[in-house]
Amino acid sequence: MPVNYSEIFNIILLTFKVSGTALLFSVILGFSLGFFVALNKFPGKKILVAVINTGMGLPPVVVGLLVLLFLWRGGPLGFLEIIYTPIAMVIAQIILATPIISGLTMAAIQQVPQKMIWQARALGARGLNLVWLLMRETRLSLLAAVMAGFGGIISEVGAVMMVGGNIKDQTRVMTTAIVLEAQRGEINMAVALGLVLLALSFSVNLGLTIIQQRVKNR
Amino acid sequence: MKKIRFVTWLLIAFILLQASFAFSKNLILATTTSTVDTGLLDVLIPMFEKQSGYSVKTIAVGSGMAMEMGKRGEADVLLVHSPADEEKLVGEGAGINRKAIMHNDFVLVGPPADPAGVNSARDAREAFGKIAGTGSLFISRGDKSGTHKKELSVWPKTTLLSNTWYIESGQGMGAILMIADQKKAYLLSDRATYLSYKDKLKLVILYEGDKLLLNSYHVIEVNPEKFPKINHEGAKAFSDFLISPAIQKTIAGFGKEKYKGALFFSDAR
Repeated sequence: MPVNYSEIFNIILLTFKVSGTALLFSVILGFSLGFFVALNKFPGKKILVAVINTGMGLPPVVVGLLVLLFLWRGGPLGFLEIIYTPIAMVIAQIILATPIISGLTMAAIQQVPQKMIWQARALGARGLNLVWLLMRETRLSLLAAVMAGFGGIISEVGAVMMVGGNIKDQTRVMTTAIVLEAQRGEINMAVALGLVLLALSFSVNLGLTIIQQRVKNR
Repeated sequence: MKKIRFVTWLLIAFILLQASFAFSKNLILATTTSTVDTGLLDVLIPMFEKQSGYSVKTIAVGSGMAMEMGKRGEADVLLVHSPADEEKLVGEGAGINRKAIMHNDFVLVGPPADPAGVNSARDAREAFGKIAGTGSLFISRGDKSGTHKKELSVWPKTTLLSNTWYIESGQGMGAILMIADQKKAYLLSDRATYLSYKDKLKLVILYEGDKLLLNSYHVIEVNPEKFPKINHEGAKAFSDFLISPAIQKTIAGFGKEKYKGALFFSDAR
């Protein structure tokens, strides 16, 4: 079979569109949730932390199944008509990455000595100022959280297969394309796509790592 | 403050990007793995999309799951090959306008050494009986697909499908051809998928030709009276497209040159 480069390029592009969008939202949600839980005392906090920690290991196929049931025409959100679209895939990936990012964020903030937070508050740091200060303090861990979230969704296949349907030119991403090619017996193609995925994943993480290490040395 | 504004713009840009995902009117086609694995739909769907303006979402699952999606109104149109279940679906009122599109046949495929000796069988039941009798490895789809249903109907009534030699894989047609090839096992495959995979396999056709092994594909529109939300206009357009003389010719000619023989025979009159 002749290799169709424009098709592969589109698959790569879609992979980044979907996982990039999902990562952006997960970072916003995950940071907010992580900071909120770490900085506040409220009843049921331990249970919420346990729920978030469990969420860090959510099985992608279970998430896929749940999203599928919600987004199906007969489901509660069926009227949105977004099943088998990239938006459905983004939603599934947000559900997967948010607990990872918020869990690691929470752990990072809780490592900051309580005295430092008291001191900052005493010096007048409130709300966003305090968050900003803590973000600078824990930036290494926070970037690691972002990388963990990205790693979780770029490599994920079960959920995007279910809610996206692996439709050619519409919802086929790197991982689902690899599964399909392997099943078709196009092993060379599957391996080639696998290497591309690894290379892309490496370059993104390299970029984030460079940012991470640079701030450390400053 | 500058940073927050930057993030806001980034967000807006991403949301606009998402909007570019919105398509023209969607049509959900639930179908069997064989129509996708052979590449037939890769040819037909772009033609239909160009002609009709619909954006087709092809969900390749087994015929069992495809019909379940029809029963729940989660698909608009079905292209399946499990006649008994199809009639039931139409009888229950979930599907309408069932039309014959094409056929080929199922073949019993296995390792060239043929340890069970199915080569000399007089009919399909005897061939299957020999596999069970010798306890030779057999891989089943095990997914309620059309092929799985057909396979279950061929086993002699007295056969006990014991898991010492009978393996239920739960995967698509192409996938289990690859598995059977590695495990030197027998399996029932539709001829089209086998032919399109032949170059990658050591497996050969060991038994063919029984009338019992006929494999026919029908298109069914999901009943719009039962599910008002579905895209029935699109379903009807797709059904009409499949039975049109030009497309029937395309189907009959599909893969003929590459595989030196037709993969599908057209059925619509």
